[in-house]
Amino acid sequence: MAEFSTTIKEHDDVSIIYLKGYLDAHTTPVLENTFANLIEKEKYKIAVNFKDLAYISSAGLGVFMAFIEKIRDNKGDIKFTSMSDKVYNIFDLLGFPLLYEIFKSEEEAVNKFKENKKVED
Amino acid sequence: MKTKKQNFKERKLKVKSRTENLSAIRDFVFNAATEVGFNSDDIGNMILAVDEACTNIIKHAYKSYPDGEIIINLKYSEEKFTIEIIDYGNSFHPESVPDLDLQKYYKQRRVGGLGMFLMKTLMDEVKYVSVPGKYNQVLLSKNFNS
Repeated sequence: MAEFSTTIKEHDDVSIIYLKGYLDAHTTPVLENTFANLIEKEKYKIAVNFKDLAYISSAGLGVFMAFIEKIRDNKGDIKFTSMSDKVYNIFDLLGFPLLYEIFKSEEEAVNKFKENKKVED
Repeated sequence: MKTKKQNFKERKLKVKSRTENLSAIRDFVFNAATEVGFNSDDIGNMILAVDEACTNIIKHAYKSYPDGEIIINLKYSEEKFTIEIIDYGNSFHPESVPDLDLQKYYKQRRVGGLGMFLMKTLMDEVKYVSVPGKYNQVLLSKNFNS
């Protein structure tokens, strides 16, 4: 069976979720739980790092759609980083770059949250 | 592209309608498509399309009932590689699935439609045959020269 796991690293007030393995209809509950836990802790600034993600199906993409509204309603966002070309192509086909900011590096995604914070302050 | 190996003309996998079997289904298609000689982009597209088709069968045709049957037949000819997927769940009417509208999807958090859009985009041909009360068939084809 394909494996999937998430790890979280906190960077100031930004939570970075690292995805690892295969994200399909079987493994999406793992990612749903990760998001639900962050939201419960009122952590709404979330960067998702795809560096170690080998595979994603539309079930996996659906998880981001399921949580984004609640997160943005709370002045947060989900930003994506470090996607392989293969994974990016799937996001692109479905038009996700219109709805989500996608960055080459994790640093850029984290910095974007900081810039936004400065504007708010 | 041309075929490199011709180790098989047909191959079959039968699994229960459970999402835990999706990885075995992907491996099955990956191995066959690799043997036939597709490049890694085509193979990636095919395993995603077959995953989407089977996920839809598990969720919609069988409504997550875990003991339904899914049969995957792989066939190839000179021109194309075909993945035939058979299930015995509720019949499916592809025309009832609206075209993908991501903005609407975003606003309504409407689930579904993404998988079908991907299948049509990633494969050269997608065909549905539904015989109510008997079986549903999805045919996903990839041409060798596309």
